[in-house]
Amino acid sequence: MRILTVIKQVPDSNAAIKVKGDGSGIEEAGLKTVCDPFDEFGVELAVQLREKRSDVEEIVAICLGGEKATDVIRTALAMGADRAIHVCDPKFENMNELFAAYAIAQAIKKDEKGYDLILCGKHNIDLDSGAVGPALAEFLDLPHVGAVQGLDMADDGSGFTARRRIEGAEEVVNAKLPALLTIEKGLVEPRYPSLPNLMKAKKKPVEKLTSAELPDVDAGTTGTDLVEMTPPPPRPECKFIEGEPADMARELVRLLREEAKVV
Amino acid sequence: MASNVLVFVEQRGGRILPAVFQLMQAAKEVADKAGGHVEACIVGKDIAGLANEVAAYGAKKVYTVDDPAFEHYRASAYTTALDAAVEAASPKAVFIPTTFMGRDLASRLGARRRAALVIDCTHVEADGDDLIATSTLYCGKVFAKFKLTGSRLQIVTIRSNAYPAAEKQDGASAETVAVSATVSDKDNRVTVQEVVSTSSGVKDVTEGDIVVSGGRSLKSEENFKIIYDLAQSLDGAVGASRAACDAGYQPHSRQVGLTGKVVTPALYVACGIDGAIQHLAGMRGSKVIVAINTKKEAPIFGVANYGVVHDLFDMVPLLTEEFKKLNAAG
Repeated sequence: MRILTVIKQVPDSNAAIKVKGDGSGIEEAGLKTVCDPFDEFGVELAVQLREKRSDVEEIVAICLGGEKATDVIRTALAMGADRAIHVCDPKFENMNELFAAYAIAQAIKKDEKGYDLILCGKHNIDLDSGAVGPALAEFLDLPHVGAVQGLDMADDGSGFTARRRIEGAEEVVNAKLPALLTIEKGLVEPRYPSLPNLMKAKKKPVEKLTSAELPDVDAGTTGTDLVEMTPPPPRPECKFIEGEPADMARELVRLLREEAKVV
Repeated sequence: MASNVLVFVEQRGGRILPAVFQLMQAAKEVADKAGGHVEACIVGKDIAGLANEVAAYGAKKVYTVDDPAFEHYRASAYTTALDAAVEAASPKAVFIPTTFMGRDLASRLGARRRAALVIDCTHVEADGDDLIATSTLYCGKVFAKFKLTGSRLQIVTIRSNAYPAAEKQDGASAETVAVSATVSDKDNRVTVQEVVSTSSGVKDVTEGDIVVSGGRSLKSEENFKIIYDLAQSLDGAVGASRAACDAGYQPHSRQVGLTGKVVTPALYVACGIDGAIQHLAGMRGSKVIVAINTKKEAPIFGVANYGVVHDLFDMVPLLTEEFKKLNAAG
């Protein structure tokens, strides 16, 4: 079984984000970045599959991102991926997840051996779209199962049963490999890479693919362009309700009914 | 130039997701400006009867893709179905609800059609042939406007409660067009074995128009009863902070936040929740937020519309009583 895990470098969820003055993007200087937490679930799942089974031949991490993304590639290698592919070219800089999926698909297609299992996060916490996994499956002509929170891989590695989250319910689905899964929180808990593994990760191979190797990948053709970014509009000032508890409860209900009109 | 907007009518078991009627409003505004009208697409098994329900909210034409193969949502098969409806309808844009199903389907259809795509929009408007869509990035910390070019199919998913429901016109009817979609072996590579409800009688947080959430200061699973009572008096759903879920007071399926569920109800009541960034990311898009907390400096009050600085064990039951009175008064 060959497993590919898709990873992305994103701002830390606790980082303060500042929009550039001209609205063209966010201030990158000094911004703390991490491997997307949902993507890390995918890396962890891949490593656990290898620990539990004897048929995992190789775990490859693929990352679309700038030079700085080597940090998160190292994280994936230290967690247990064998090698990595870094799709890296200023020409690939784009805010569109359909484009990201297309670029990654083209990079994957360069390897004739292909993959049996492709793992992505349910969504990335920067663009919050969740489009990469489903779109990548479509570009590779693979089935996908989204928001997986439980997985039973068949002993012979031919297929799996997955539990996936939907609104108010859980679906149990069956599929054969090859397939793509997007991983929901709760399936696995990512390990912290140990210091020795971080050192070893530096020696693992990282293949870099640029626009020279992927000539038909063009970020200018997504049909979706950023017009501007702005800080979120301020929420209205909080109206504090004061007085005796019973009076506060009455007043709050009155305001929700008459002023906010939501009950 | 295509000018109609096709709304994907998400349904499970013959029940239409209420957010679909909000999409009809968003679609109407865009279609009116573009000089077209609203059409709808329903995919499922035995769903032809739903067409009138959609017509009442303004769809002039309803495309139905009705086949046992579509009994359950499966990404690839539904993409094939919606793709067939798009082929038949040639719309300018496709509007899809932001749900697990919607994100999945929009992404796959977007890739298949090489469409312009923006997920989870709070606002959409026509600008000539183009579409300008607003969505949020970086856990709600940034708002972004995107232009979707008119030279491609435009696909957006729209956040629930971003728009009010379209006005209902009882008795309105629509032309219905049965579309047949050829499900290939490839579409059948995933099969649904069963669907297990996890809501156990209480609404899921992503479904409630009103969500009442509790934090770690509830101190135990038993104490969450007052949260359930308040939610029940409001016909709402129950949510919880990550800390409350990690402590085992509530299952993770009820967790609201960045790594839980992102909700945008009309009313969100946060009880004993301080408002960690990861929680705020999951609920700051709510229309009206009420916070009940003993600490006036808690970050939750920074996003709340109404604040009560008081002990939740005292305040929550009082509120429940007030809402019960309101319900009794009709």
